[in-house]
Amino acid sequence: MISTIVLNKNWIWKLAAALCAILVWQGAAWLLGSDILLASPWQVACRLVSLMGEGSFWTSLLGSFLDITWGFLLSLGLGALLAVAAGKSRVVEILLAPYMVTIKTVPVASFIVIALVWLSSRDLSVFISFLMGLPIVYTNLLQGIKSRDEKLWEMAEVFRMGPGRRFLTITLPQIKPYLLSACSLALGLSWKAGIAAEVIGIPEGTVGEALYNAKIYLATADLFAWTLMVVLLSIVFEKIFLLLVRWAFARLERI
Amino acid sequence: MTDIVINNLTKRFGEHTVLREFSMTIPAGTLVGIMGESGCGKTTLGNLLLGLLEPDGGKITGLPEKRAAVFQEDRLLEERTPLQNVRAVTGRKRSRGEILEFLTALGLPHGEEKPVKKLSGGMRRRVAIARALLADWDFLVMDEPFKGLDEATRERVVAKTLEAIAGKTVLLITHDQRDVEICDQVVVM
Repeated sequence: MISTIVLNKNWIWKLAAALCAILVWQGAAWLLGSDILLASPWQVACRLVSLMGEGSFWTSLLGSFLDITWGFLLSLGLGALLAVAAGKSRVVEILLAPYMVTIKTVPVASFIVIALVWLSSRDLSVFISFLMGLPIVYTNLLQGIKSRDEKLWEMAEVFRMGPGRRFLTITLPQIKPYLLSACSLALGLSWKAGIAAEVIGIPEGTVGEALYNAKIYLATADLFAWTLMVVLLSIVFEKIFLLLVRWAFARLERI
Repeated sequence: MTDIVINNLTKRFGEHTVLREFSMTIPAGTLVGIMGESGCGKTTLGNLLLGLLEPDGGKITGLPEKRAAVFQEDRLLEERTPLQNVRAVTGRKRSRGEILEFLTALGLPHGEEKPVKKLSGGMRRRVAIARALLADWDFLVMDEPFKGLDEATRERVVAKTLEAIAGKTVLLITHDQRDVEICDQVVVM
């Protein structure tokens, strides 16, 4: 009962903080008095409603969503495979280290520029989303694999548990928190990097193109409206994806 | 079934020799107790018999392929229920009803409600015992299996254990004098 009240109060506080931030934003826009420098929340809301009435708005969102999601899923798949390989072989881990360090440290803009030479602008955001997610998935999962409980593995050895059962009962619970953390971090970064790649590559019918146009025409309300939608979409997708992963784990743990 | 013969077994960890030319026989179908002070190598001997360690000298003959253990630590799957912990090692060889009945006999009537991480130390110990006793084995190593159990629970668990291991080959590592009474033979290290 007490925890429910605290939770409700937390929720009220969060809402109050958000409302307060919007008021500050509105106040700043009013003080500046220029919708090019800073569009007000009201202008952004009006523009968002107007954009939602346009078919191209939804196709652009869908286009970017599919490209970035595809890139993220590729990073998840390949990152997991490489983490398993590195977990099994120290040599593989050592050989992979320079690539992972490079991806983590080199600015995303440098990758975007070089990738534009190799790829079409349409494939650019898929590649960049994949590239930015890869080291996060790899590092987190490798850490999870390495943190294995040797005592439990000895138990499995003594009781002659098969590889499938070992995977389901020992490996999966052990990597679960690392995988959830990897998905959450990689998804956030994939969205940021993917949209940045679109703004530079300007593929037709994407959020990046819309943001680029907003910059060209100094349409600040458009910029804010599109950004708001990208943030909402990435948050909703992350929540749904993590729920699916948790559900999949719960199903596997019942076997 | 054949006797397990341990001949001049030596085990070192770095400079420290834990077992030095240790010999004994575990006759087939008997419950043999190993007693000794802490650090004398009882658990190391158990791990050598379970195949978890390689000896530095000597040999073990007659060791069955199918082994099971109640480890000194419980070594349970923390997120899983007692039923799932037992199922993880028995597979489909034991029915759900059979496992739950056994757990109930050990004083764990709610074997599929909570994950073991939410159980008390004594309850977790009983899950570890149930897992070992219900597994498919020809040789069982029990390392201080009844530690942490109150007197009434201990009596109940010991009775059920003796029933389950009757006629099978078991090594019981202990330093509890009460365990001596249930052994067919006791070796002091």
